[in-house]
Amino acid sequence: MDATFFLNVTSGGLLTGLVYGLMALGLSVIFGVMRVVNFAHGDMMVVAMYAAFLLFTKLGIEPVPALPLVAGILFVLGYLLQRFLINRFLGVSEHIQFLLLLAIAIILTNVMMMVFGPDARNIQLDASFESYTIGPLVLDKVRVIAAVAAGGVALLLGAFFRYTTTGTAIRACADNPVGARVVGLDVENLYAVTFGIGTACVGAAGCLLLLLVDVQPQLSSDYTLLGFIIVILGGLGSLGGALLGGILVGLSEALSGALIEPSLKSMFSFGLLILVLLLRPQGILGKTS
Amino acid sequence: MPDNIMIPPASQGISRRRFTTVAATGALISTAGLPMVRPARAATPLKLGVLLPRSGHMALIGQACQRGAEVGLPMLRDMGYSVELMNADTESNPDSGRTQAEKLIREGANMLMGCFDSATTLAVAGVAEQKGIPFVVNIGAEPKITEQGFKYVFRNFPSATMLGKSGLLLYKDIFATAGVTAKTAVLLHINDSFGMGMLAGINALMPKLDLPFTIVETIAYDPKARDLSIEVAKAKAAKADIVMTVTRLNDAILLVREMVKQQVETMGITSPGSPGMYDKQFQKALGKYADFCSVNIPWFDPKQEMTQVLNAAFDKIYPEESCDLNVGFTFEAVLIAADAHKRAGSTDPQALTEALRATNIAKRAMLGGPIKFEANGQNMNLRSAVVQNLNGKPTVVLPTESAEAKLVFPAPPFKGRT
Repeated sequence: MDATFFLNVTSGGLLTGLVYGLMALGLSVIFGVMRVVNFAHGDMMVVAMYAAFLLFTKLGIEPVPALPLVAGILFVLGYLLQRFLINRFLGVSEHIQFLLLLAIAIILTNVMMMVFGPDARNIQLDASFESYTIGPLVLDKVRVIAAVAAGGVALLLGAFFRYTTTGTAIRACADNPVGARVVGLDVENLYAVTFGIGTACVGAAGCLLLLLVDVQPQLSSDYTLLGFIIVILGGLGSLGGALLGGILVGLSEALSGALIEPSLKSMFSFGLLILVLLLRPQGILGKTS
Repeated sequence: MPDNIMIPPASQGISRRRFTTVAATGALISTAGLPMVRPARAATPLKLGVLLPRSGHMALIGQACQRGAEVGLPMLRDMGYSVELMNADTESNPDSGRTQAEKLIREGANMLMGCFDSATTLAVAGVAEQKGIPFVVNIGAEPKITEQGFKYVFRNFPSATMLGKSGLLLYKDIFATAGVTAKTAVLLHINDSFGMGMLAGINALMPKLDLPFTIVETIAYDPKARDLSIEVAKAKAAKADIVMTVTRLNDAILLVREMVKQQVETMGITSPGSPGMYDKQFQKALGKYADFCSVNIPWFDPKQEMTQVLNAAFDKIYPEESCDLNVGFTFEAVLIAADAHKRAGSTDPQALTEALRATNIAKRAMLGGPIKFEANGQNMNLRSAVVQNLNGKPTVVLPTESAEAKLVFPAPPFKGRT
């Protein structure tokens, strides 16, 4: 196997990793601000994939143009879920939160199974068969589109938290919820907005992931687990860490598949996780408490 | 009507004896000389227990087989056969298959048919043998099915050895017909029991069959994998003349799509025998890129009239589904059962078994000579074809005497296809 082969495999891993990173961003945002671990994360992403699938099959809207709409739908879903359900469980012990979100996950998966059935669905775009050729590099077109869009959304999110008033208020809640209340911030609303942003991120990721994989209800648990691996690698609560973790997982899957055996790629992601937990348990870019 | 009508005394009118004689004579005259619209049927219909995996992980194929069992019933009725199906779901599980077989026998099944997957087929064969009920295997390649000395088991499907050998030997025919020979191949195969079994068969047979090419790289993958880009990149790096695949449906679609994206141009994408590439969903998902993929597989005989009738009936009832070998072999299993029943003139299991042993059906749907069973219950008159996707349809291109169109090899590149 020559250099061209490794170059192509690495670039593919990098591009996929960016989409994974966007998926994990939402999880990191929610935990970073509210200290809630969203165990229904993968299920929400699959809901977004089905939403994008329906928009394409019924209205002919491709996933990238549909992204703002799908992200908007998931924002509203996340906002309402947090405001009227999860909010009541914020102060309780973690295992109760886990049970609640697990219950939501099970309900979502089974509703999707009932509505769409267990079979895999996909969308066919002309671009699904195309690639960009740059010298010896052959880049899958839809993977490039998905990665660029993922990077764009991540940058927008960073800009939101840095430069907007709401973003600054959310960061204040994350740093000191009591202080935030004292200065008059509506913390409940901000928490709901944060959860909505987290689910909007995962909605955007779902839209883009539909370009790369077929959707079926059974995907949800795999992506919840992948999301956790990525945020633990990168550091819970760190946006940069989520992106970095995503890229690392994408690359490790690609290279382990190329060098050893593609069916063992998950083993290497888990191996990387164990290494980080042993050497730097807060994650690569996470802060120690 | 007056209520005092009496039957006239015998001396005044027709006697009972005369009436009976005249009526019988009349009936005989009225039926003699008229063409028989339908052949005579056996008095009691055959109760055929159908055991297929209609749920569980083999549900899609089990349901395809079920369509095969049902779609041919009107044709069989018109041919004078009389069969009733008793359907049971094996749930893709040998234990359920065994239980269902026993249940069908208790409920009066005269014969059993099934089961698609070899493990369940073996389990049901054990039940059939124990109860003395004849069992016709529609699909099931495990050699042991006809190597255990079973007296009541009859298989109209090639064993894995027959499939593997026919599938590989057809490569010689492909190269001879095209006038071009591939020297190297890369083999991509699923890593489940079917895929690993095929790999073992290919590795064992390749040295014995003197094929002109060598497999330079073997790449296994999970049939449930969602992304096969690395596998295809490895296949591309092997720079082989042809790609050999052992797939199921979804992974076949992923593989070929990825080959298009990564511009993996070879002489052809061929399978020595596996599902996927002849499926309607494969054509639908890949469009022009599905064309020229080929599979070496037992298939319909396009020259048989029964094939035309069956395909037409199937397409009318199930326009979105594939009329493939699962449908064909299951239909033939019902045909075999019905034919034995008609010749036996009885639903007695022993009479049916004797009739099955004497089966000789020349007018059939699948490729091969007449359906006849050896002493071990195996029909050896089965032939694999090279089935190539041409203009969006799986088409027999070899053997030449059964071909519907000319083989296209090497395949045209993906780039520039219209």
